[in-house]
Amino acid sequence: MRVCVVGCGAVGSLFAANLAGLDDVEVWAYDLSQPHVDAINANGLRLVGAGDVTGRLQATADASELPACDFGIVATKAMHTDGAIAATAHAFTEGAVASVQNGVGNEEVLARHVRRVIRGTTFPAGKILEPGVVQWDVKGDTTLGPFEASPATDGEIERLAEACTRAGMPTQAVADARPAQWRKVIFNAATNPVGALTGLTHGRVCERADLRALVSSLVAEGKAVAAAQGITLDADPEELIDHAARPDVAYEHKASMLQDVEARRLTEIDFLNGGIGRFGRELGVPTPLNDAVTALVKGLEESWRLS
Amino acid sequence: MIDRVCVIGAGTIGSLFAGHLAQVVDVSVLTRRSEHADTLNERGLRVTGRSDLAARVRAASSPDSLSDFDLGIIACKGTDLEAVVDSLAGRFAGATMMTVQNGLGAEAVVRRHGEWPLLSAITFMSGTRHSDTEVEYVLDTPTWLGPYEDTPLERAREVVELIVSAGLQAEAFADLRPAQWSKLIFNATVNGVAALTGLPHDGHFAAEAGPGDLGVLVRGLMDEGKAVAAAAGVSLGEDPWEMNVHATQRGSAHRPSMLEDVEARRPTEVESINGALVREAEQADVPIPLQRSLYALVRGKEASYS
Repeated sequence: MRVCVVGCGAVGSLFAANLAGLDDVEVWAYDLSQPHVDAINANGLRLVGAGDVTGRLQATADASELPACDFGIVATKAMHTDGAIAATAHAFTEGAVASVQNGVGNEEVLARHVRRVIRGTTFPAGKILEPGVVQWDVKGDTTLGPFEASPATDGEIERLAEACTRAGMPTQAVADARPAQWRKVIFNAATNPVGALTGLTHGRVCERADLRALVSSLVAEGKAVAAAQGITLDADPEELIDHAARPDVAYEHKASMLQDVEARRLTEIDFLNGGIGRFGRELGVPTPLNDAVTALVKGLEESWRLS
Repeated sequence: MIDRVCVIGAGTIGSLFAGHLAQVVDVSVLTRRSEHADTLNERGLRVTGRSDLAARVRAASSPDSLSDFDLGIIACKGTDLEAVVDSLAGRFAGATMMTVQNGLGAEAVVRRHGEWPLLSAITFMSGTRHSDTEVEYVLDTPTWLGPYEDTPLERAREVVELIVSAGLQAEAFADLRPAQWSKLIFNATVNGVAALTGLPHDGHFAAEAGPGDLGVLVRGLMDEGKAVAAAAGVSLGEDPWEMNVHATQRGSAHRPSMLEDVEARRPTEVESINGALVREAEQADVPIPLQRSLYALVRGKEASYS
């Protein structure tokens, strides 16, 4: 089978390099960074850290070079989904496309461009060290299921999950991938903006009673929006948040949104808290605090344009 | 008669008062830093912008070196108030003291340290401090005064007359609380949002086109503040939302002090502004989830300095 990873940043690279190790999978990567593309084509895509892997694959920044693929794995930052899938959709006219991105609302964007969409959530993480080389920080599970409005077939989802698992990225095919996705988005939306706005690590946010209460209020709004869609979360975000705050887990972790803010990169706020707010409005569930932190983080992004 | 004024705290507002009042009365200045007092004694104080003034002032960094005065204008930051007033305790028995701090509660802090007659004041004037000896007068908006406890209204009027004769705007009110609360709600919202976003007070604060626009949050925060005022029995002066829209339309893109403070990683006035409003809401049993969040976030930001 032929797979194209769309957006070969840290998470995309984990899928691309691992899948490239399988004899029966041909991997392509589409990414806008020409130095990254050139390094991958010259030396392969190397993962270091939690696993040491070098994948041989074909990378391109020119979408017209992509052949017809059986699967797409979209791993761009959420705000780049539309542009990336618009450019690459021609490669997936006979294929199915999975999102493994952060936030909610990505599958809706994909379905505007391709016919069969897979809803995905992934927990492994890493960072790009230099063009062609990615640090694999944490291993973790991936969940894939049909996107209800434009579903891929069960056979397709199982085939992709089986290949990822065999490649070293444990992946489950499920009938309903929303519980895993909403658990992750609620966790991220409750913790990321609070870290980003204050500059505090996850552990320090959680040990301040007033900020921990804000985190809980954000979780409660997210849970209400999930419940209104009939989603039963597969784990309680509150427990995950407290667990992560332990000194031996992620006390010192700076939320990715805080890392974005410190580097003055646009954040994924529109697909985290902004996404919860959008779903809330469609369902008639009020989300005043998610709306408030969305406005504050977007204000922060705006301030960079003034200086 | 007010012949001798002491300006206590020579930041932007204190410097604007000192530079103008020195044109009509004898002015002394109490500074926090001794170098600041030395430079003022050596070079005087310049006011530029809407006024063009040179002033001779007598400055000191300790109350021991201050001679008696009739009016003390306490213009230090809210975060320094307790320590500053403590140093004045037992002195200057003949003086009337006027507080111009943001937020609520400055008068009560001063009262704990002395029996001086007190005046409440809030100021809308603004400026930019260019150095220890130069301040630019930017907005010539007024200072409003009113009696605190049993200080006669006549005393407030006398101070207004003095301030106006020095070239600044001022007005006396029998009850300052409506104006004080309008400004409290304005500051609790605008200063907090500016501190967290890094935005100056510009058009973003009045933008309400979409649900994630900053103006929607600003209006929500102000509505919460108005509900607290109503429950506390205060009928507001100006509408804080209209103050917000008006200020953003003026186009000066003012940088609120709380934004300046977080950028310089200094303690902010969040306790006497946002904290004061949250505590009033608790007493009045009015839920203000947005303001509570803003308060927690600004306090969290302060905690991140260390």
